[in-house]
Amino acid sequence: MSLMDSQRARHAIFSRLREAIPATKRVAEPDVDACQAEHAANDVTRASPIIDRFIERARGWQAEVIETNLQEWPTTLAAAIENKKLRRVLAGRNTWLAEGIAAALPSTDLGWYDEPIDTFKPVLFAEIEAGITTTRGGIAETGSLILWPTLDEPRTLSLIPPVHIAVLRASELHETLHDAMRAQSWADALPTNALLVTGPSKTADIQRLLVYGAHGPKQLVILLVRDKVEA
Amino acid sequence: MSSARPIADPRAFKDNARIVVADPVLRRSFRGAMDFLTEKRAAQFPDTNGFNRLRALGQQIRQHALGKLPELLEQLERRLTANGVQVHWAESAEDANRIFQEIAARHDAKLMVKGKSMVSEEIELNHRMAEHGIDCIETDMGEYILQLDGDRPSHIIMPAIHKTKEDVAHIFAEHIPGAGYTDDVNELIAIGRRALRDKFRVAKIGVSGVNFMVAETGSLVLVENEGNGRLSTTVPDVHIAITGIEKVIEKLEHVAPLFTLLTRSATGQAVTTYLNIISSPRRKGEKDGPREVHLVLLDNGRTQAYREENFRATLQCIRCGACMNHCPVYARVGGLSYGTTYPGPIGAIISPHLMDLDSTRDLPTASSLCGACGEVCPVGIPIPELLMQLREAGRHSHLSIGQGSRLKGQGSARTIGEALAWKAWRLLYANSHLYRLFAWIAPRLRGLTPSHQAGWTRSRSALRPAPRSMRERLSKNLSTPVPAAGPIAANEQRKEA
Repeated sequence: MSLMDSQRARHAIFSRLREAIPATKRVAEPDVDACQAEHAANDVTRASPIIDRFIERARGWQAEVIETNLQEWPTTLAAAIENKKLRRVLAGRNTWLAEGIAAALPSTDLGWYDEPIDTFKPVLFAEIEAGITTTRGGIAETGSLILWPTLDEPRTLSLIPPVHIAVLRASELHETLHDAMRAQSWADALPTNALLVTGPSKTADIQRLLVYGAHGPKQLVILLVRDKVEA
Repeated sequence: MSSARPIADPRAFKDNARIVVADPVLRRSFRGAMDFLTEKRAAQFPDTNGFNRLRALGQQIRQHALGKLPELLEQLERRLTANGVQVHWAESAEDANRIFQEIAARHDAKLMVKGKSMVSEEIELNHRMAEHGIDCIETDMGEYILQLDGDRPSHIIMPAIHKTKEDVAHIFAEHIPGAGYTDDVNELIAIGRRALRDKFRVAKIGVSGVNFMVAETGSLVLVENEGNGRLSTTVPDVHIAITGIEKVIEKLEHVAPLFTLLTRSATGQAVTTYLNIISSPRRKGEKDGPREVHLVLLDNGRTQAYREENFRATLQCIRCGACMNHCPVYARVGGLSYGTTYPGPIGAIISPHLMDLDSTRDLPTASSLCGACGEVCPVGIPIPELLMQLREAGRHSHLSIGQGSRLKGQGSARTIGEALAWKAWRLLYANSHLYRLFAWIAPRLRGLTPSHQAGWTRSRSALRPAPRSMRERLSKNLSTPVPAAGPIAANEQRKEA
């Protein structure tokens, strides 16, 4: 019944669209690359190192950025969790972080996202204080993180807990969203859900007053791993 | 806020506007908010060349997509279906609501959590679902406040812009059990967060709008700051997205320029907290995400705007709200006065298609044609030109140049008096003998000019012919200087003050 209605509506909509007067002016294929290149050429801020720009902008959105390196990040992570007095933290198995996390955190504090949300909801909503995730890179222009949820790191891991701790490798910073999409060939294989996350959740819906911690995480901690020798 | 509220009917525009203009609290709220948003946007586009370059690209992306809209919609449907998303088509609000209701019935769902969606306002989803015993809860903080208070959004980006924090404090204290009274904004948001968390946890269905649909990948792109959009589209077992058919773009790479134009134009932010790209329901082995994702594609008059090349640019809109933030009329009469889902300049050019030109006839005239809306539009919609065309279509039932068929309600704003006045004017100005006769008589009858001249004299002094016509003066006293500013010119200057 509803399927038939939908097909009837589809048919009507398409026939109206096809009856439309064709545009007198042909619109050329948009050239995003050219516009981006011009934008890059005019961006005077690019003289400073990309890491510095990322940090400054991420902090501008109230993200807490902690710099570390490939050897020390598990200790840095443990210290951050200790500082914030977080008791129940959650992470995904089988990521490049899993081993380091397991070694650095007391097993009483640490849990793994093993169960589907259907049964895990009560714990996830009521008990977990922080979620730790990998990132698929960052965007220097806006201080944003690219999140690419997987079987091991579900979408809600970075969404439900009040604190989100994200580990970002400095070698995976891109200048712009467009650059990241190109370099990582997003259009060829998008996951169920791809995300750009910039700072903790926020709202200015009451009298334009900015408040952090709306419905998503109240705090975003970025562990920035310097994993390459810089010029 | 005063007791009389503007009503949700564009036919009441003039009465609504009078209520708002007479309310100093509302006036202050809107003025303050508009100045704030205008300044923040300006700071995001410090260099005109950069803005123009980006805007040209945004305009091209939208025009390019509209140019091949049927093909892109087919491609989108194919890709979404292949990804496991169920696509539904709706010609009208009734169609769309029936789709929602049937999905809810199939899942025996009595609760929906909803992220911000103007299209869901357009179809009055909350009210229609309530008629079927389904609770559809707004989760955007601003929309939630309005829903608790039984009020309507007055701005498409900042819906509760007309409420003060004291208003919100009273609303929460009255409607949220255990909330108590506080006008501390941090605490108010914390109260809203707590109240809605439980709803996110238990709701079977999440509803959202869509900012862009990508045809090549079959993706729904959502832009937001609060995280309620992510929660609504991730936690419940079923996600239903609804949007207009015009929101499709061809390629994923078209998202980045439109995204930055949208956030900077809307709230003056370089980026929002979340850019959420959804391409499928929960895949095998994944531990969360909805098991079903539905997309409802709504026409509701959009094909009328599409049909005519003259009006097609209306559909380029990415719903940033910059046109209302910069509109001197909107800043004074506020969003509720328009009585339509979409207020301000964009509302004035889209509502006649979504509804009809009869009920919306006053909206295209709610503009001084200052051009600010067109200047700031991030996708280059010629809003002032479209307003002019709608004014013309409202007053003339015949087709204008390039127009293929009549708009709904075309010619309905035509009045005999106005038509006769223009006929007389044309007659006089096309015939030199008649004109001379008129120019000779008029000054001699100026004593008979009525002091009340319909709408004109409500806020201006009466028009009277000059004691001598210009022609007469010029021919007799070419050397005598003419007084610079007569009473009419002085009145003109006073109007805006």
